[in-house]
Amino acid sequence: MSAPRLWGVLAQYENPYTITRACEQVRDAGYSEWDACVPFPVHGLDRAMGLKPSKLPWIVLAVGIAGSSFALFFEAWAMGTAYPMVVGGKPLFSLPAFVPVWYEMTVLSSCVTAFLANWILNGLPRPHHPAFASKAFERVTDDKFFIMVEASDPKFDLEKTKALLTFAGATLVEELEP
Amino acid sequence: MATSTNAITLPDDIRLRGDVVLPDPVVGRELLVRGPHDFHAVTELVCKVNEAPLKATPKPFLFGLALAASGLAMFGGYIGYLLWEGPGIWGNNNPVGWAWDIVNFVFWVGIGHAGTLISAILYLFRQKWRTSINRYAEAMTIFAVIAASSCVALHTGRVWMDYYLFPIPNQMGLWPNFRSPLEWDVFAVNTYFLVSLLFWFTGLVPDFATLRDRATVRWRQVFYGALSLGWRGSMRHWVTYEKAYQILAAFSAPLVLSVHTIVSFDFAVSQLPGWHTTIFPPYFVAGAVFSGFAMVQTLMLPARHWLGLKDLVTAKHIENTNKIILVTGSLVGYAYAMEFFVAAYSGNDYEGFTFLNRMGGPYWWAYWIMVSCNVITPQLFWFRKVRTSPTWSFILAFFVNIGMWFERFVITVTSLHRDALVSSWDYFVPVTEVFYLVGTFGLFFTLFLLFIRFFPVIAMAEVKMVMPQANPHWEGYGHAGEQHAPAVAASGGHS
Repeated sequence: MSAPRLWGVLAQYENPYTITRACEQVRDAGYSEWDACVPFPVHGLDRAMGLKPSKLPWIVLAVGIAGSSFALFFEAWAMGTAYPMVVGGKPLFSLPAFVPVWYEMTVLSSCVTAFLANWILNGLPRPHHPAFASKAFERVTDDKFFIMVEASDPKFDLEKTKALLTFAGATLVEELEP
Repeated sequence: MATSTNAITLPDDIRLRGDVVLPDPVVGRELLVRGPHDFHAVTELVCKVNEAPLKATPKPFLFGLALAASGLAMFGGYIGYLLWEGPGIWGNNNPVGWAWDIVNFVFWVGIGHAGTLISAILYLFRQKWRTSINRYAEAMTIFAVIAASSCVALHTGRVWMDYYLFPIPNQMGLWPNFRSPLEWDVFAVNTYFLVSLLFWFTGLVPDFATLRDRATVRWRQVFYGALSLGWRGSMRHWVTYEKAYQILAAFSAPLVLSVHTIVSFDFAVSQLPGWHTTIFPPYFVAGAVFSGFAMVQTLMLPARHWLGLKDLVTAKHIENTNKIILVTGSLVGYAYAMEFFVAAYSGNDYEGFTFLNRMGGPYWWAYWIMVSCNVITPQLFWFRKVRTSPTWSFILAFFVNIGMWFERFVITVTSLHRDALVSSWDYFVPVTEVFYLVGTFGLFFTLFLLFIRFFPVIAMAEVKMVMPQANPHWEGYGHAGEQHAPAVAASGGHS
């Protein structure tokens, strides 16, 4: 590798309005390896970036159904087959009495899945990221809005990309090393 | 570019701002963040609480922490004494087999419910004012459930056998009885604790990242760096994150109703007069929310005063909280009346006796403390002056806390002390239990004060999201944007 290697370009925007407009322009320019970093989810920014809806709900649905079925099966097996015992004159498979634990296990399996899937799908925890080298980027969790375009993007051209980001209203444009 | 942002960017120094009044998004509706604060000001207001150097921790705070920690230390000693001697150190007798152990448990679990109601149910109903108070309400939930678990786990007698409560494979091939309300309770409370913790932590991550990015000291960088999981605010992450948050809220909302329903089953599924009523689940849930919101007020009012958060937790938040106390307090009052009606209408002698005995029997004083604190106190919130006043709110919430403890005492002890056989009748007098209750308060407040000191007490990212400036279509940006984005209307459909 020669000279300083380039990971991508980071541009800072000042408010939700300019970042939304800028994202629309980057999206329309046909970039794919890029991201917007914002202190809070800006309304409509996912559409401005052309993002697809998250897969997370489908994962939660699948695991939730599996966890729920397992819980009911387990209760029926433990109470009716593994150690059959009549309690309170109820039948061995006493569905109404199984409902509370069944319900709680459905909630538990779905919520644990939602929690874990959120971090796994997002690739977190991730201790380091090239953008963390930027001093300006420290305010991404405060009040500044950023777009970063990676050098690996097929459409990436240092000067053109920088010009696009600047024209879109960036107050600061930086190059990032990996 | 500077011209496009000058219209809304205020100077970083809060003292240089002057009286910039931001336009109201909906005419006539009070802004959730009071004063000329921009996003950065919100960050500063919240982080300043956590960022004071350890040595500069305010003296009153340290005094409070010392007081709470000594309560906790005493609780540790009390638990040791309990394990050594057994539950004989309590005044429980036959027939009063359940007393302060269960009263404390139900009291603390109930308090937790307000946190989940604020974080989940108000979220689903798009109540934006929740964002300023949800973080510490959720913290309150978690610490209250810890306090509750410490009561219920210690009341079993042979505490070291508590693992029998869980379906752990064992050499006898035995499983817990899934048909038992007490087993339902184990699952309900554990699920509730775990889900609340996950929900709370998920909400905390972006705010931990804020503290990480602002950290100047090594231990803060490492501490918040580890907790923030490398969060960088990526919109691609936010999309999944928000879905996960919605799903957690959607599951927590029915969960919170189910938990106190199941706690009420501990009583209602038995056949004891005074417990065996179908009104118990909704009555318990209303009572739980009632007591929980009272505890939210008890914690929120001093916190906003001493932590300088009055611009974020405004009179509107106090008023809304009090309105919920008024509604649930009235529901609880209705339930008390309905219990009497059902007892009378059933024509059952034992039911009738139990309720008359509550009112005029040996524990009449507990009953009337309960009624005066829970039914009469919240009615004062019909007056706008009272429900917007922090002082009044604090005093009345304190009475509600007392009243709701006594409600559980009345339900548990007065129903038990008059058995079906007159020869079994007895009177319960606490022996060492008061240390038990004080100890749980020590545990709760130690955790809560540590939380205030080290964790962001207000959900910054969520508060920023409900500020008018967060909307890309906010009028402050309207004409500013036109100069450099002429092609937008054609491309995005956002005009």
